[in-house]
Amino acid sequence: MTVSVDTERTIRLTVNGVPREATVPVRRLLSDALRHDLGLTGTHVGCEHGVCGACTVLVDGAPVRSCLLLAVQVDGAEVRTVEGLARDDGRGGQVLHPVQEAFRECHALQCGFCTPGFLVTIAAGLEGREASAELTDEEIDEMVGGNLCRCTGYASIEKAVRHAAATMRDVQ
Amino acid sequence: MKPAPFRYADPGSLEEALEVLSAEEGAKVLAGGQSLLPLLSMRLAAPATLVDINRVPGLDTVEATGDGVRVGALVRHNSLLGGHPQAMAAARVQPLLARATANVAHPAIRNRGTTVGSIAHADPSGEMTSVLALTDGSVTVATPSGMETVGWRDLFVGPLETSLSGPAVVTSAFFPALPDRSGAAFAEVARRKGDYAVCGAGVVVTLDEDRRVTAVRASYVSVGLTPEAHDLTDAVGGRSVEKADWAAAGALARTLVDPDGDLHASADYRRLLVGVLTERTLASAAVEAAERTPA
Repeated sequence: MTVSVDTERTIRLTVNGVPREATVPVRRLLSDALRHDLGLTGTHVGCEHGVCGACTVLVDGAPVRSCLLLAVQVDGAEVRTVEGLARDDGRGGQVLHPVQEAFRECHALQCGFCTPGFLVTIAAGLEGREASAELTDEEIDEMVGGNLCRCTGYASIEKAVRHAAATMRDVQ
Repeated sequence: MKPAPFRYADPGSLEEALEVLSAEEGAKVLAGGQSLLPLLSMRLAAPATLVDINRVPGLDTVEATGDGVRVGALVRHNSLLGGHPQAMAAARVQPLLARATANVAHPAIRNRGTTVGSIAHADPSGEMTSVLALTDGSVTVATPSGMETVGWRDLFVGPLETSLSGPAVVTSAFFPALPDRSGAAFAEVARRKGDYAVCGAGVVVTLDEDRRVTAVRASYVSVGLTPEAHDLTDAVGGRSVEKADWAAAGALARTLVDPDGDLHASADYRRLLVGVLTERTLASAAVEAAERTPA
């Protein structure tokens, strides 16, 4: 047979702009590969079956559940995690992403467990839309509805989405 | 690691995929994986080999013709909501596709999950299995002996069970077009938008040239062990579309279904929802049918 059937593979991918390589069992979930093989523990693992959204990361720009992907499936892909949201300020420090800044400003987190998933999902949602277009309540609901938060009750998270959207509109 | 050990192959062609599926005992096809991965992680499924078809070319096509819409095995849910170049054309030919897909899970899951995968998964709580039944659709299956077409009635055997056996890859699903002078609607009740529906309903209403109701068809989500299509024409057939008693159709629907109860809803509550959602979706579909029928 010409097709290789493996129990372990070496994958090469770009994570937050950095080329990475890891040799993983084929049954390794992307969420576990990020945390255990690549040491990026910002991605949190909650329900591990796609319900809670805590492990959401961007694969080639689109939000996906990293617990519902095998690490071998992202070979060659570009992955962005919560660690990749802040950017360098050019002086050795970092500047928070507008969504992170808004979460701090609006008290949109308490225990913080679900926060990485929210940040990544909202960042992708806001970056992927026309910044000058009016942000509707339905749009926000659709953006955050797939992520579970049991502390905040969502009001402050939705406030943070509006805050971040306003910042990103002003910057534009 | 949560999934039990398995072997993994990602063939670059359909022929290679069938080759691996034939050679490996207990092999399972992986497309979007949004239903399969949870089953693996909970060890409700433990296939010996996963055959990942994501590298197989030619499976991400949507073809919309006058006859209907053919959706390839690697078309993601979100593609049908606007990501795919043919999404608009598909929505015109068979509007139920996009209307039901909007209720499938959450955006992050729709970015990865596939329409055809959710049909092959045969979950009676799935929206697309229900739409396949409602539109009288079929799937095309590649096997070592060639391509086969399997109608929805022959495909769904039980919860999470299809009639497909042996090496087989479902390469596309075909959804026949919305008939002339017809309207369609889809609605769900879920605890959280995007969660599994407590109950969902899709309907198609067809009128004659005098705007009288000639056919009413409905199918449900999370009701019964396999998707079913119900004919509700008897309750409202022959009435003018403006005067049809959609509540009567809802009452008829309640007598035809056999829902189960679970943690989220009793069987009686589901039956109630079948009536309510039937009436509500029919009223909406009737407006569309009337618009598509010149007076």
